[in-house]
Amino acid sequence: MRKFKEFIIEKFILFCGLATIFFVVLIFLFLLKQGLALFKTFSPFQFLSGKNWYPISEPAQFGILPLILGSLLVTLGAAVISIPIGIGCAVYIAEIAPSKVKEILKSGIELLAAIPSVVLGFIGMVTLVPLVKNIFHLPTGLTALSGSIMLAFMAMPTIVSIAEDALYSVPKSYKEGALALGATHWQAIYRVMLPAASSGILAAVMLGIGRVIGETMAVMMITGNAASMPHSILQPIRTLTATIAAEMGEAVAGGEHYFALFAIGIVLFIISFAINVTADLFLHKRRS
Amino acid sequence: MRNPHRTQKIAFFFLFLATLLIVVPVGLIVVIIIQKGLPAISWKFLTDMPREGMRGGGIFPAIIGTVYLVSGAIIFALPIGLSAAIYLSEYAKDNLLTRMIKLAIVNLAGVPSVVYGLFGLALFVVFFKFGASILSGSLTLGIMILPVIITTSREALESVPHSFREASLSLGASKWQTIRHIVLPNAIPGILTGMILGLGRAAGETAPILFTVAAFYLPQLPGSIFDQAMALPYHLYVISTQVPNVEEKIRYGTALVLLVLVLFMNLVAIIIRYQFRKKKKW
Repeated sequence: MRKFKEFIIEKFILFCGLATIFFVVLIFLFLLKQGLALFKTFSPFQFLSGKNWYPISEPAQFGILPLILGSLLVTLGAAVISIPIGIGCAVYIAEIAPSKVKEILKSGIELLAAIPSVVLGFIGMVTLVPLVKNIFHLPTGLTALSGSIMLAFMAMPTIVSIAEDALYSVPKSYKEGALALGATHWQAIYRVMLPAASSGILAAVMLGIGRVIGETMAVMMITGNAASMPHSILQPIRTLTATIAAEMGEAVAGGEHYFALFAIGIVLFIISFAINVTADLFLHKRRS
Repeated sequence: MRNPHRTQKIAFFFLFLATLLIVVPVGLIVVIIIQKGLPAISWKFLTDMPREGMRGGGIFPAIIGTVYLVSGAIIFALPIGLSAAIYLSEYAKDNLLTRMIKLAIVNLAGVPSVVYGLFGLALFVVFFKFGASILSGSLTLGIMILPVIITTSREALESVPHSFREASLSLGASKWQTIRHIVLPNAIPGILTGMILGLGRAAGETAPILFTVAAFYLPQLPGSIFDQAMALPYHLYVISTQVPNVEEKIRYGTALVLLVLVLFMNLVAIIIRYQFRKKKKW
């Protein structure tokens, strides 16, 4: 009897392990099922390269190029801000900060990661957006730049904690060897530690960027939501994620617009899948 | 000639500056929200229905909605997540299947939150016909927080020393008895940490509940798990972008309640982990 009970429990445990794979497949299948329905009436090529997103005009146009470029622009801006600051902070925490300060900083970074994106979006709306408007004398502060700055803060916790991990796991002997040869602490960091941790740091950057591309609420609240081709970073833009969040409420279930939003979901899923698999490969390489 | 010590000083200064650039804005965000939100907080604000089209009254149904959603999510995610963690740490061999499960977890963690929303809409709301309801929202959030729970629980389980397991097995205990009576009790603080972090994540997310449960304005409490409900993060989104002329105080007050809720849970998780590390006997 006991044996039988344990057999059942162990099968349940295995089943739950497999459930993770099942959920990923299920997510992808359901996106595909709904999203691909769009391409019965609308060409996939038009979808990816069309410059007009007019989902409710007659006939409707579902070109997501402006949305892709909007996402890219915001992400690029966020990357430019968050990568140097994030890696710098990781090096400071891993190598320079005294151990008491280190613990406090790490907890602080964790808290930043925990702030809900809708709260960051709200704070961005009331502080950053007017600031950007006044500094650049714009008609509106709801711009790609505001979005980039806010998103940088969402990428930084990821970048800092994974890069710090990578630096921490570089064998001590590397650094000691460099110091013994007469290198200063900075030279040891710059010439030995950073190159040794490079694949982990690369993974950190990729995962940070992955977080930015998938971010929805903050970006919807502060980038102005204008679905037109972006020309400058000081302009309102709209991202892939914000489009889904903003329009799904109005789309009729089973209609073309509804399917088009799922098709955008497929694009997002594939992007995040690619980023995560590659980042995981880099992290794996470091361990082995 | 360049002086390496001066270069070091300059470099360290910039690293310090980078750290400040993260820490100071975070501190400012928290301080601003507390400062401007605190005047709004009163017993009435926390326990009253929203009134006058959300321009007055309180946020009680949003708080209750979030509590329901988060509880539902954890009831669903904890058993599955913990079991998956046990599988990975105790049973999994180093083979293709294990590699695939790990990859699946990495991917679940990386899927954008709005895509979870789409998935929840297609599967729970439409396919299973649960409608926009607490049930659909909880299940969607539950799948979303699985990776957090699995990763933290697995770390906790793996940090239990091998000698503990060997001692138990050598006394004639079966594998499951060893896990149940030796490994799990020693990993509880870590599992608890994972659970609380998952709760915090679920409480703060907006995108997954947009189309699966969230009600724009519903000044009553949900009666069953098949009802729609208001939720704090969505309510904050609504009053800060969709409804004009909401008093600033109410917005900041709502943001403060959400922030305190989420940060409090994270703080508890950090403290549990800290205490656990200090007390660890091995």
